[in-house]
Amino acid sequence: MTTLPAAPAGTAPAELRERPGVGVRLEGLTRRYGSVLALDGLDLDVTGGELLALLGPSGCGKTTALRAIAGFDRPDAGRVLLDGRDVTDVPASKRDTGMVFQAYSLFPNLTVAENVAFGLRVRRRSRIEQRRRAGELLELVGLADRAGRYPHQLSGGQQQRVALARALAVAPQVLLLDEPLSALDARVRVQLREEIRRIQLELGITTVFVTHDQAEALSVADRVGVLRAGRLEQVASPDDLYERPATAFVAEFVGTMNRVPAVLAGGGVELLGVRRPVAGAAPSGGPVVALVRPEALLVAADPAGEGRVVTRTFSGASTRLAVALPGGVEVVVDVASAESQALVPGTAVTVTPAERAVLVAPAG
Amino acid sequence: MSALSTAGVTGAGGVAPEMPVRAGRRGAGTWRWVVLTAAGLYFLVPIGASLWFTLRDGGAGGLTAEHYTGIPAAEGFAETFGRSLALGSLTVLLALLLMVPTVVLVELRLPRLRTTVELLTLLPLVLPPIALVVGVRSVLAWAPDHFFGTPLAEVFFALQRPSLPWILVFVYVVLALPFVYRALDAGLRGTDLRTLTEAARNLGASWPRVLVSVVLPVLRTSVLNAAFLTLALVLGEFTVAAILGFRTFPTWILEISGSQPQLSVAVSVLSLAMTWLLLLLISALDRRRPGKESA
Repeated sequence: MTTLPAAPAGTAPAELRERPGVGVRLEGLTRRYGSVLALDGLDLDVTGGELLALLGPSGCGKTTALRAIAGFDRPDAGRVLLDGRDVTDVPASKRDTGMVFQAYSLFPNLTVAENVAFGLRVRRRSRIEQRRRAGELLELVGLADRAGRYPHQLSGGQQQRVALARALAVAPQVLLLDEPLSALDARVRVQLREEIRRIQLELGITTVFVTHDQAEALSVADRVGVLRAGRLEQVASPDDLYERPATAFVAEFVGTMNRVPAVLAGGGVELLGVRRPVAGAAPSGGPVVALVRPEALLVAADPAGEGRVVTRTFSGASTRLAVALPGGVEVVVDVASAESQALVPGTAVTVTPAERAVLVAPAG
Repeated sequence: MSALSTAGVTGAGGVAPEMPVRAGRRGAGTWRWVVLTAAGLYFLVPIGASLWFTLRDGGAGGLTAEHYTGIPAAEGFAETFGRSLALGSLTVLLALLLMVPTVVLVELRLPRLRTTVELLTLLPLVLPPIALVVGVRSVLAWAPDHFFGTPLAEVFFALQRPSLPWILVFVYVVLALPFVYRALDAGLRGTDLRTLTEAARNLGASWPRVLVSVVLPVLRTSVLNAAFLTLALVLGEFTVAAILGFRTFPTWILEISGSQPQLSVAVSVLSLAMTWLLLLLISALDRRRPGKESA
């Protein structure tokens, strides 16, 4: 996945592994900022030990939900339960969650080791224990050799690793990640998200990972919750979310999706001259569009075909073609690179949907 | 006195951001030097003249340091300087106790009040001190009679005790507000205090703990700057102390200027030098700060 060498990683300290992952439950969480409804009766169940990603466009309420779990934001209505215990009124400092923030949050006046030990110092643990635990966690995130440095002497990726170690040092019940990778460059982002997943699996800690990056969510999460306007659209495994999106919003937000004009007819849907069964609920009538993934379209060179290849983008094993169809419709189609060499821009082609049920949304 | 007010101004300039140095057009360099020289002369000529005035030995015609060596033993110096230092320290303490939590609260919880607080802290600059002190004097004259026989009257008497007039501390806190607020606010602008405090809260720290372990270290330089400006202000403040009839370091300088002009100017020059030393000390401390970017 990445060409960077994996950071030298230690194993998780035993104390951190002894705690089984606890469940997180949000019930009817509502939060209003002035006229903006950030959370609109959000219900969510996070199973103990799983990594759940909250995905959504900016302003969908995902960070508000995370902050409600951490105790930084008091919901107007609804409850937050950690391990079955109602913590809605428990202050942030007593919630027993570990959070990694989007912005760099290391205390600038403390060394890396002191930063990691901060939570233990607050809990009045002995100096020996503080030093030992900080050492173990820095080992875990591969930064044992940076213990004496100050935050400004570290790169962005290193700072977020230290922040992760610091959040884990207090052995929290739940790990909360608020877009921790968004300030980092692409290569470090991929490397660090894999590392977060490795550590999460190793510790078995329940984790809520907020992100607006679908690739990030799909690649590391056990389940992904897609949020829209303060409500949960769908919670499902990455495969389910991609293959069987519950709503048009999810379908279009996750992965690339073609919108093809279609007609509802005889219990099915007609698109590109063929009929396919409808996946999920179909609109009651009226003009509709079919939502089709690039890999669910088949393209073939055909001198009589009405489609024209517009661009051809090679990306290793697969190649993405943009095809112009009559009526000003343009679709993208993924084909195996080995079979696409003849499909140069200008080639006349026919495009047909693969033999499977098709998701349909109202047009407009 | 004039030297002391200059000290205050120097202090204010000391915390302002450095002038950006840009590669100017041809000819801009010459102008830069003209302006710098003119400004330099404006500051240096009076100081140089004061220095010459205090070092010149009127009788023998040579140079003498006797006006400087004579300062510690001068009648009234120890008493008034000690009092001004005490007033300054108390003012610094009170102003910081008031403003650090205020600034943090506004930043984290009440950002909408920022403009209001900014305007309020600017008031002392807009209102002439003379107006303030006349108001204070009227209250001080009226209150002890009005509250006679009650504990409140005792409080008003205590406020005006000549050995340590607390009323001056309160007035000076008001006068220092613009400087203290601005210094602290500048420090906050450069840091993401919200995230840092949330990180600390998340790790289990109570609010007092957050203030001591996170906010104060982050604001260290700003707090030092605010303290320095306040101290310089108190050590140079004349109007309020003189009108309320208290004997402080600046009023003492005026007192002796008639009988011992050279001594009074020597004291002014020395206090200016002290102010500069303090300023250098603060910037040296700031440079040694571990979390600083340039370290």
